[in-house]
Amino acid sequence: MTKDACKQIVLDIIADIAPDEDLSNLKPDVRLRDQMQLDSMDFLDIVMELRKQHGIEVPEADYIHLASLDSCADYLTPKFEALGK
Amino acid sequence: MSFQPARIVITGIGLTAPNGNSLSEFRQNLLAGVAGVEPFDVRYMGRLIAGVCHYDPLRYQTRKGLRVGTRAGSISIYCAHEALKDSGLAFDGMPKDRVGIYLGCTEHGNVETENEIYAISKFNYDTKYWSHYHNPRTVANNPAGEISLALGITGPAYTIGAACAAGNLGLIHAAQMLRLGEVDFAFCGGVSESIHTFGIFAGFKSQGALATHADPKKASRPFDKGRNGIVVSEGGCIYTLERLDDALARGAKIYGEIAGYCVNSDASDYVLPNPGRQAECVRKALVNAKLAAADIHIVNTHATATPQGDIQECEAIRAVFGQGCPETNINNTKSYIGHCMGAAGALELAGNLPSFDDLIVHPTINVDDLDPLCAIDGLVLNQPRKVAKVDAILNNSFGMLGINSTLIVKRFAA
Repeated sequence: MTKDACKQIVLDIIADIAPDEDLSNLKPDVRLRDQMQLDSMDFLDIVMELRKQHGIEVPEADYIHLASLDSCADYLTPKFEALGK
Repeated sequence: MSFQPARIVITGIGLTAPNGNSLSEFRQNLLAGVAGVEPFDVRYMGRLIAGVCHYDPLRYQTRKGLRVGTRAGSISIYCAHEALKDSGLAFDGMPKDRVGIYLGCTEHGNVETENEIYAISKFNYDTKYWSHYHNPRTVANNPAGEISLALGITGPAYTIGAACAAGNLGLIHAAQMLRLGEVDFAFCGGVSESIHTFGIFAGFKSQGALATHADPKKASRPFDKGRNGIVVSEGGCIYTLERLDDALARGAKIYGEIAGYCVNSDASDYVLPNPGRQAECVRKALVNAKLAAADIHIVNTHATATPQGDIQECEAIRAVFGQGCPETNINNTKSYIGHCMGAAGALELAGNLPSFDDLIVHPTINVDDLDPLCAIDGLVLNQPRKVAKVDAILNNSFGMLGINSTLIVKRFAA
């Protein structure tokens, strides 16, 4: 699993959660919340979809790592790799 | 000098029914005999029939709004926007804390609960996969709350649980709140998302009360000898109500005036109707409206096409209108759209209101073989009837646990 592939997984989830948003210009190093309308329930959606679709658990204390696409990739890529993906 | 409550008038209507997404479309189809029942897949049960609404949900909502909210919320938002537009009110200038939202619901929350149980069944019923949206989606005030969010209304917004009498209760409660001075403008009526829960279909089937017919459009057939139960439908109908003085001051169009109403209870059975109490409800509404039975020109029946329920309502109507009411016409709207549950009373009233202008009574359709036990005087069957006068419409809506409601709307006269 590359970090780019990991970012794409997160982007696909966000596309379902925020279907009205244009995601084409999202900056990977900027907080998602600063670039689009995402509230706390939306972040819970990301956590839930990672669990449902990929079997990945994100403990509440780690939600901070889902702030940007880059931080998502840094945090999630080892988790995907640990699952052999 | 006795207390004179403020006169309350209807100034806007927004609706979606299985056979129309505006009052004009709905009315046109009622006069043309066009039913809106169609094949519909139900989880665990396969292909059944239902009344399905085909409004455009994206007219007033974002895709995200649709994803987060409920079907009942979406129907409510659509109807509220349509009603507001129809009312012609300059809403921007309206203090939003003086606006109320009162919606009748038969039930709410079953759809989301069933969906979530189905979803976690794919994960061995592990509840960590249960949606964090479950509670905001299933709280009973959800449909009214979604309107308040959509329109920025900060006054009271809640639902009224009253089984299938609920649509009438939305209007009755709004009229009461306007008279009390609690609000200055009210959105009210009823809503139902029931077709998206298998439980209501399975429940009626277990009761032997779920309609079947080779032709879905013929399935809802109150008063017909061959009737065999209810067609479950979704829908919504929201009115704007105002005190007459306010409506006149802004030059609002007035559809009709709330003349009187009654809500009572059978106190006799969980599901079986009680014609004595139904007749009492109608009589009390007439007293409340200061009208005689003969003053009513249209009675919209609640009849749902169950074998026993239709007979019992006819017994109640015969008791009140059976003598000396030659100008009282009796019809049924469920024969077109099935039973829209919490929206039924509100939708069925709306379908009849244009009669004040066109003097046509839409018929009960699908009556090929009239049940003699339902053969009450004044029934309008299969063909619209042009009449000389429509000055008052009486709308019956009854529900389980023995709740009865009758609402009378009269032609507005200054």
